[in-house]
Amino acid sequence: MSEDHVPTDNIRNFCIIAHIDHGKSTLADRLLEYTGALSEREMTDQVLDQMDLERERGITIKAQAVRLQYRAADGRTYQLNLIDTPGHVDFSYEVSRSLAACEGALLVVDAVQGIEAQTLANVYLALEHNLEIITVINKIDLPNADPERVKREIEDVIGLDAREAILASAKLGTGVEAILEAIVARIPPPKGRAGAPAAALVFDSHYDPYKGVIAYVRVMDGSVETGQKIRMMASGKDFEVAEVGVFRPAMTAVRRLGTGEVGFVAAGIKNVRDTRVGDTVTDARHPAAAPLPGYKKVTPMVYCGLYPVEASDFGLLRDALEKLSLNDAALVYEPETSGALGFGFRLGFLGLLHMEIVQERLEREYALNLITTAPSVVYRVTTLDGRVVDIDNPAKLDALGKIQELAEPYVAASVLVPREYVGPVMELCQDKRGMFRNMEYVGPGRVLLTYDLPLAEIIYDFYDQLKTRTRGYASLDYELAGYRASDLVKLDILVGGEEVDALSSIVHQDRAYQRGRDLVERLRGLIPRQLFEIPIQAAVGNRVIARESIKARRKDVLAKCYGGDVTRKRKLLEKQKEGKKRMKQVGNVEIPQEAFMAVLDIKKK
Amino acid sequence: MPGIYLHVPFCRSKCRYCGFVSFPYREKAAAAYREAVEREMATAAAGCRRDSFASVYVGGGTPTCLPREDLVHLLDRVDRLFAVETGAEVTVEANPDTVDVRYLAALRASGVNRLSLGAQTFDEGSLRLLGRPGGPGAVREAVRSARSAGFTNLNLDLIFGLPGQTPAAWRQTVEQALALAPEHVSAYDLELVPGTPLARAVREGTLAPCPEEEALEMYQEVIDTLTRAGYRHYEISNFALPGRECRHNLLYWENGDYLGFGPSAASHWRGTRRSNAGGLEEYLRGEGGTGEGEDPAREMTDTVIMGLRLIAGLDLEAFARRFGVPLASVYPGELERIQRQGLAEIVAGRLRLTKRGLPLANEVFRAFV
Repeated sequence: MSEDHVPTDNIRNFCIIAHIDHGKSTLADRLLEYTGALSEREMTDQVLDQMDLERERGITIKAQAVRLQYRAADGRTYQLNLIDTPGHVDFSYEVSRSLAACEGALLVVDAVQGIEAQTLANVYLALEHNLEIITVINKIDLPNADPERVKREIEDVIGLDAREAILASAKLGTGVEAILEAIVARIPPPKGRAGAPAAALVFDSHYDPYKGVIAYVRVMDGSVETGQKIRMMASGKDFEVAEVGVFRPAMTAVRRLGTGEVGFVAAGIKNVRDTRVGDTVTDARHPAAAPLPGYKKVTPMVYCGLYPVEASDFGLLRDALEKLSLNDAALVYEPETSGALGFGFRLGFLGLLHMEIVQERLEREYALNLITTAPSVVYRVTTLDGRVVDIDNPAKLDALGKIQELAEPYVAASVLVPREYVGPVMELCQDKRGMFRNMEYVGPGRVLLTYDLPLAEIIYDFYDQLKTRTRGYASLDYELAGYRASDLVKLDILVGGEEVDALSSIVHQDRAYQRGRDLVERLRGLIPRQLFEIPIQAAVGNRVIARESIKARRKDVLAKCYGGDVTRKRKLLEKQKEGKKRMKQVGNVEIPQEAFMAVLDIKKK
Repeated sequence: MPGIYLHVPFCRSKCRYCGFVSFPYREKAAAAYREAVEREMATAAAGCRRDSFASVYVGGGTPTCLPREDLVHLLDRVDRLFAVETGAEVTVEANPDTVDVRYLAALRASGVNRLSLGAQTFDEGSLRLLGRPGGPGAVREAVRSARSAGFTNLNLDLIFGLPGQTPAAWRQTVEQALALAPEHVSAYDLELVPGTPLARAVREGTLAPCPEEEALEMYQEVIDTLTRAGYRHYEISNFALPGRECRHNLLYWENGDYLGFGPSAASHWRGTRRSNAGGLEEYLRGEGGTGEGEDPAREMTDTVIMGLRLIAGLDLEAFARRFGVPLASVYPGELERIQRQGLAEIVAGRLRLTKRGLPLANEVFRAFV
């Protein structure tokens, strides 16, 4: 294929925003198919979602950018750049940078389900970026499809004119041409100064073992070409462009990316952290005066401890994290030790989904057996002498001495739910220390509830409970809303009188008893009896709030032992002795690995 | 002085708790077995012409489910092939329901001078639970027959810690056993062997196991009762009137030498160990045996973990003479620990389990592996 440059006027940059399962990926597939980007033979369903994980969960994690060539009804050939956006609140920053690379967006809404919380969140984001929104009502092939109702919802809830909404069925291919025509007709071409110093927005990247980091860019001003010396403005580092290209969806080299175009840049960049999302790529010799707006460093919201089950796997874990972080600029980690679990790492994630994805990849792609400690948020401590310290691990609290105030991050959560479940949802939010903000009716029979909730409560099991209490009908979205001081306390667990650091947590005072009791009971069932009685206690400060006891063992089985039994008996004793070596010693008490895993492992609730 | 063990792997029925190797008695299989075991013994005998044996033990299975002549014939072979001492202890295990005076007299005539009867319990319900053939009366009958046949060295096997067994019921069993005036009693803690019907029932929850505290109580009770009645508690599970300790079993606990014949039988001979295949077919083909070569460290371990089973414990000087090095220098830390934990003690040059350590014996053994 030739370089297929078209005049800037004929370029359209757009993305697709939709709630999970509303058909974004299928629609993207159809667009690719229709414009010939992929012959039907080459289509594996939902080509754009490359990772197995993504396919399994039906979500997009990494953004991709595909260049489509479309010959419109007016006879002209247009360059359509489809930028796929991550669909989850954890990655909202990435979403915003992808939106910044576009001029328009296809808003896809399920003709049966209608608007969901995530649809809303992303639409507001798109409107903030002044994108031209083309509404597509998808899945009209379903028997319950009610496009008229959905149109009304869109008008009522979002305030968009839905008269020109396109009715489509991505599954059957209906409406695809209409969508393409609408993109051409209604989404404005990119504005930008071809003669100005180069300024390209990085909206994603991936690591290639041969080419180094591949940065996905949207050229705002000027151009980027092979051989050019470029500068990454956030780090100030200079590189030489080895290759620029576009995704068709396969990576294809071109000589130059011009103003308004979307593609990738490979410049021998070794470290993915040198190509941060939101960064500006400019010319090293004639740099742009200022970076493109909107860049910010992402900060992790949720932390957890990750430990190998087998201590000897530590090196493997370390290597795996290194490799994983090559492709994940948002992942932060540092080594840590736990008296109970040995050597491991503390990892920071953008959110629970990010955490689950990383864990699953580590276990699957690197075949690691891991213990994950319960996720915790970052608490803000004000010490008595006025210092403010952020801690990501409850065990670090003691070292700070007396504290004046303990604050936790809050989120503004929006829950969209059918009217009949409002009661249970409000109960749940109150239960989770939520503060009511607003309730409004959106469309027939649905309510949008907004609550301020502690992030710690959200990550504990809020989403699962929400789904259970609303039989799956509720949808959730949230964004950070600052820190607030709370009556938080540190809950310690003592076994045999000794504190077990890996089991410490920070909880709200009102929860302390329940959580303490729960932990203590679980441990009692998991720690084997020993030659002496073992007290198990949950404590807040010096106060013991829950207690159990494991009786001492006074008798083993008195097995007989005659001639033929000696070898077997000896081997059994050896095996038992080996087993004891794998126990963690906490003071005098031997605690099997499984006990920690069962108590700490969030997957084994 | 070494001993000979002969395993007769046949039974009329399989008890529900039994973890030993045994098969249903069938004439053809038994004939094949007899032929094979005689060959096995003949081969071994060729290599120990200069050894004298002080004990012979025929176990199983149920040795006495063999026809009288067949068992006598086997005993004869042992006597002919090996130099068995005059006055050697010759034991045969028997089930009460398989022997009568005639059978026992025949055994006595062929040189058997010790009889071990599997009584287990005198409680009917427990007997049924265990799948034991015959009732409590059969034990008494068998003892009478044995005395009539001239046996003056009798052992009764008993089991405590049975599901549903109360300490009172156990006390009764012990009393009834005492009333039969055996020279020797073996009282075993029930071991739930995985794969047995009893173990399965407990695992599935259809049978409640005996609470640990009660089993401990039963154990302490039988020690007290038998001691007061004049028996010496000389091994974890074994009691004997003075001088009537089982010489053959002492070989195991003193880590002496013995040759074993038949499926699953084990040998400890000149520093090496050997175990025959458990499966009958495998054994008949001469396959499946396993062994451990010479290993002084292992010998030391075995000497300790077996020797500590004797209530009198391990003679430290004898250990040092046997291995050329004192026990304390091989296991310094462990010795200190088990004493500190109150599980073992050194008295008059012997390392032995304490009263508290006895039921926790495994804890002590683990220190030495």
